[in-house]
Amino acid sequence: MEAYPKFTPEMKKTHKILIPNMAPVQFRILAAVMEQAGYTCELLENCGSQVSELGLKYVHNDTCYPALLVIGQFLDALASGKYDLDYTALIITQTGGGCRASNYIHLLRKALVKAGYPQVPVVSLNFSGLEKDSGFPMTIPFLRKLLAVIYYGDLLVALKAQTEPYEVEKGAAKALQDRWLDTICGWVREDRGYSYREMKAVMPGIAQEFAAIPVRRVPKVKVGVVGEIYVKYSPLGNNDLERFLASQDCEVNLPGLMGFVQYCAYNPSQTARLYGGTFLEKHVSDLILKYIEGMETVVLRALKDHGFHAPLPFRDLIRLTDGVIGTGDKMGEGWLLTAEMIELVRAGYENIVCAQPFGCLPNHICGKGMINKIRELYPQANITPIDYDPSATRVNQENRIKLMLAVARERLPEQTPEEPSRRATAERPAPERLHGRAKAMV
Amino acid sequence: MKIGLDVGSTTIKCVVLDGSDNILYSTYERHFSHILEKSEELLRRVAGQYGSRAELAISGSAGMGMAESVGVPFVQEVFATRVATQKLAPGTDVVIELGGEDAKILFLTGGMEVRMNGSCAGGTGAFIDQMATLLKMTADEMDEAAQTAEKTYTIASRCGVFAKSDVQPLINQGAKTNDIAASIYQAVVNQTIAGLAQGRPIKGSILYLGGPLTFSRCLRESFDKTLGVVGTCPENSLLFVALGAAFYSDQSFDLLETADRLRRRGAAETYRSQPPLFQNQEEYAAFQVRHARARVDRVPFGPDYAAPVHIGIDSGSTTVKVAVIDQDARLLFTDYQPNLGNPVPLIRDVLQRLYDEHPALHAASVTTTGYGEDLAKHAFHGDYGVVETVAHFTAARHFLPNVDFIIDIGGQDMKCFKIEDGAISNIFLNEACSSGCGSFLQTFAQALGHDVKEFARLGLFADRPVDLGSRCTVFMNSSVKQAQKDGASIENISAGLSISVVKNAIYKVIRAASPEELGRNVVVQGGTFYNEAVLRAFEKEMGVEVIRPDIAGLMGAFGAALYGRGKAAPGQTSALLGREALAAFSQETENRQCGLCGNNCQLTVNTFANGETFLSGNRCDRPVTGKADTGERNLCAYKRKLILGYKPVPGKRGKIGLPLCLNMWELLPFWHTFFTMLGFAVYHSPLSSRDLYLKGQATIPSDTACFPAKLAHGHIHFLSKLGLDAIFYPCMTYNLDEGLGDNHYNCPVVAYYPEVIAGNCPEARETRFIYDYVGLHRPKDFTKKIHAILRRHFPDISRGEVQEAADAAYAEYAHHMAQIRKEGERILRQARAEGRRIIVLAGRPYHMDPEVNHGIDTLITRFGAAVVTEDSVSGLVDKFPTTVLNQWTYHSRLYAAAKYCVEHRDCDLVQLVSFGCGVDAITTDETQAILQAGGKLYTELKIDEITNLGAVRIRLRSLFAALDEQE
Repeated sequence: MEAYPKFTPEMKKTHKILIPNMAPVQFRILAAVMEQAGYTCELLENCGSQVSELGLKYVHNDTCYPALLVIGQFLDALASGKYDLDYTALIITQTGGGCRASNYIHLLRKALVKAGYPQVPVVSLNFSGLEKDSGFPMTIPFLRKLLAVIYYGDLLVALKAQTEPYEVEKGAAKALQDRWLDTICGWVREDRGYSYREMKAVMPGIAQEFAAIPVRRVPKVKVGVVGEIYVKYSPLGNNDLERFLASQDCEVNLPGLMGFVQYCAYNPSQTARLYGGTFLEKHVSDLILKYIEGMETVVLRALKDHGFHAPLPFRDLIRLTDGVIGTGDKMGEGWLLTAEMIELVRAGYENIVCAQPFGCLPNHICGKGMINKIRELYPQANITPIDYDPSATRVNQENRIKLMLAVARERLPEQTPEEPSRRATAERPAPERLHGRAKAMV
Repeated sequence: MKIGLDVGSTTIKCVVLDGSDNILYSTYERHFSHILEKSEELLRRVAGQYGSRAELAISGSAGMGMAESVGVPFVQEVFATRVATQKLAPGTDVVIELGGEDAKILFLTGGMEVRMNGSCAGGTGAFIDQMATLLKMTADEMDEAAQTAEKTYTIASRCGVFAKSDVQPLINQGAKTNDIAASIYQAVVNQTIAGLAQGRPIKGSILYLGGPLTFSRCLRESFDKTLGVVGTCPENSLLFVALGAAFYSDQSFDLLETADRLRRRGAAETYRSQPPLFQNQEEYAAFQVRHARARVDRVPFGPDYAAPVHIGIDSGSTTVKVAVIDQDARLLFTDYQPNLGNPVPLIRDVLQRLYDEHPALHAASVTTTGYGEDLAKHAFHGDYGVVETVAHFTAARHFLPNVDFIIDIGGQDMKCFKIEDGAISNIFLNEACSSGCGSFLQTFAQALGHDVKEFARLGLFADRPVDLGSRCTVFMNSSVKQAQKDGASIENISAGLSISVVKNAIYKVIRAASPEELGRNVVVQGGTFYNEAVLRAFEKEMGVEVIRPDIAGLMGAFGAALYGRGKAAPGQTSALLGREALAAFSQETENRQCGLCGNNCQLTVNTFANGETFLSGNRCDRPVTGKADTGERNLCAYKRKLILGYKPVPGKRGKIGLPLCLNMWELLPFWHTFFTMLGFAVYHSPLSSRDLYLKGQATIPSDTACFPAKLAHGHIHFLSKLGLDAIFYPCMTYNLDEGLGDNHYNCPVVAYYPEVIAGNCPEARETRFIYDYVGLHRPKDFTKKIHAILRRHFPDISRGEVQEAADAAYAEYAHHMAQIRKEGERILRQARAEGRRIIVLAGRPYHMDPEVNHGIDTLITRFGAAVVTEDSVSGLVDKFPTTVLNQWTYHSRLYAAAKYCVEHRDCDLVQLVSFGCGVDAITTDETQAILQAGGKLYTELKIDEITNLGAVRIRLRSLFAALDEQE
């Protein structure tokens, strides 16, 4: 098979790296981290119909929608004339799991050759040791920064999401989020702000400022969004779902990106526990999770202490899958997606959009396949699966979401701020600490 | 006064209520996509009659954006239905509502729930209309016809396009229209139940709403019968959504003012558009002149014409075409007729006319081609049959000897082929899911109230053609809906549709990235290219000037005639039925079940006047020859035999069941041995069947999962009736590592489908269902882990027993795979000795199931070739690098099998791909790349619930024809 251009260490100095825009807030900080590490990079903002068209043109049309979009966005950028093609590189994430997403990088390389950019190297961002010759060097300090990026991002996303729908002065939450984003990116470029100590010092202050925005807490329909990671976060992938839901007067909860990182960290040891492995393999995840947990606590506490709803810590999230799905389901978003749905329902975000690319294989199981079971345990769950696809129209998608919202609105008055109860058939009572939190959020 | 306006995908409904909710006025009319104008007109009409102040709400799938833009409250239509039902038909348990493009079920009691069809389900009103058009009937006539039906056929119930490809062959085979009509209604019923109920029983008091259920008695009866209920279709069943909107309305509006706002909104177009097809008249004129040049020579065909002629008959899916040429390939006569269901009488009439008008006719050869090739050849004693791809190539070469790419877009199908060194090197046929061709444009034209020719012409000078994307036609329906909503003119929609057809062909079927890739000498043909908008769009999209022959729609018939001319010996006279025989010709068709084997094929038997018969619908030659297929050249048959050889042996620990689905097709020898050794009598479910599928279909939660996965539900259902102690179906992230790839995963669906079973099948609660996560890739750990799992259910099982059972199971598995390889080698040796073609039928272990592969393996052996499977040759290849991440065990075998075919000139690969298999989007490209790098042809067959083998047969024959040409 033909050789592809490698991303060599020297290219760090000569090449500009283009980053696809998956999660707008988190990735903005990520770009700052990379810049601090000495890379020149740019977060792609290009969108529009030509993106998916280029994707369709150069990628097998039955490939999932995120691949079409990510690759289309790259090709559109390369064709724009803005970049020196001999000094441009692309970066793409690779999970290394059993989902076809692990193959995006190869599809991208194929597409680059077909589209006439064979010289453009692709960098793989992964934690599985794939693509050794073009992988992004994963040093411990870099990983720490990455975690901080995600936590700052998740915090800002959660704070804005819980403030914006209720703000008295329109635009206040967005403005505050932008200001903090600039501040954090500034710190990151100066190589500071991401230690545990700094985060612990700064995060409550951020939450404090959001809590100070004048709000009018009227009851609103609360919608959770789960799904395949790209269409869940990327406005390009989900036809601007968040904005649509906001326009329908909803409060939207997108579970954070960190859950996915922790899920990826959790799986290797779970795999070893299920199928066998060395002592180290069985416990390495616990070590990583333990390390992450410290930061997680800071974020959750910052939210909680200022009257915001905080998601469950990852440790408790795992237990929500009991009796619903096995934690061995680790392809795509796997058991995490199911757990997130349950968590949302229990936290009062019982109206859920489960977003996936048309024909997404893992979601046949952990998304659509689990809805019946969740409804059985939590009759109040009002879940609508929505498929995204280059030609699935917004009209159809929005119509289905509106149906879900109509049901939700009808229930709105009858809802009490009390914790929604789990049916008597449930095997295990809810963890104790849930109760206090659910109340705190109203 | 309260007003509810329901703007659906095809109709608009309006209800005016007085202060005590009595209906003052109501209307139900088609809007022909003039949504804004129609709404405006309706509001003015109501204002004129009842005064302009009223409470107003808008509902309906096409009403959403409109309502928002003019500031009127929008009520989601399902919600509106519920509001109306609670008021007008209290006590209703379930509402079934079918609309133009939506299907909905509302469960009102016992946990309110609403279900709408997913974006992939075509069913419903538009589907029925489309089918009626196909049968050349109105919807009412179809309903009437269905009432006298005697039987129903299986029609794929998933999406309109699939069903269409089931219906068309039935028509072509001469099945009775009444029976087809009834089958279509039954398909809608199955679709609704399978797609929407998803396991929840429909019972109690049922309400039928919406157009199709109101107008079709037969549809209601089909629902009643299938559900075992008697539903009611209430008064105003068409108006429930509008009524619900009216009940819901609480904001008062001035109707005339709202109408004005609608008009202003109509003026502001906001849809996504693309450049016009022609900038100006001059461009158009130059285009016409250029295309007028591609003409075939014609000579007069007088009554006294006596020189030898060659007749070509193309019996296509929607048309019958005949061409007559002389010895010098000049055209004497053509005929083109829509196929009204049975092509035979049409062909007979044409031949009769030829005899009558040309008393001295000397037919030297008669060649048939197209879907009805065999039938026509047998009925009229044609001399040759030629696969349609070859016929088209022959014709194209006549116009452009150095042609290197041909695209043919017909009524129902699309064919493209690349030519290298004078032979067809690659064929692309549209899969059942994208037959967005001529008939699609036609149906759309009709839906919008136009004749197709006029409709296409409208688009030529459209200033801003709508950008409709390039995917499946069912999606296009909703894209059009959206464009209409955004105020696109009919001209711009027409142009947009033409461009879409082209994009579909290029990006979906051919998947070309650049025109250079396809070739520079392109011939386009097929009736659809008479449409100048499509022709122009194709040239623009490809960036090349193409040849469109003046007989673009007759190329199949012309090519067939040319083929006969090439084959015929000098002075030959055709075996065609003579004058008298033709005059006395008659045809009777009868349908019956074959019954000679478990397949129970639905046979259509044509009997002709001379007593000869012609069979269609058979999957094997048994009903023809009376002999069963021995399967001696078919490794798939051998694999089935091995699997079915595992029988239960009574044991001390009771009975355990294994579902014969997905990976169990390969692991059955392992688990059977394992549990037998542990003292269980091991039962497995049988080969899949239609019946088995239907029994499980109600619990399928995701309608876009692959068919093999959906079958699992039926297998579990079967096992649940056997009185077993447990059903064992483990989750398996990993497969065994065969050392061919970088990892050894299962695909997500194979890996975790047991989770879906556990979460959705009530059967899994009736019988103990063991579906723990198990890994066979680490034999030592496996023993330990499985012991822990089993001990939870059977506490007396000891570690020692498990160890022994596992050892035997691993040995049995190895033995099983070795047997497959050995038999594969034997078949290869024998085929080589006999000089047969060898086809490596590459797919997955579960593609062995006849209900999944629809007998394709047998079909290939009927063409005289030998069939081996990917797993029998993959071990003969060393590990090699691929351009994709080679991480799934089953898929690694595909790449290795492709490599084997490259290394062995006498083997060719045919890949089976289940519709909806996301992983195969990656493997097909890679397999193709491996084969093409080695100079081999690549053939991909997409399979689904669909049972029509017509397209598959064409592909295979084209492959064999291309291989012959290459030699």
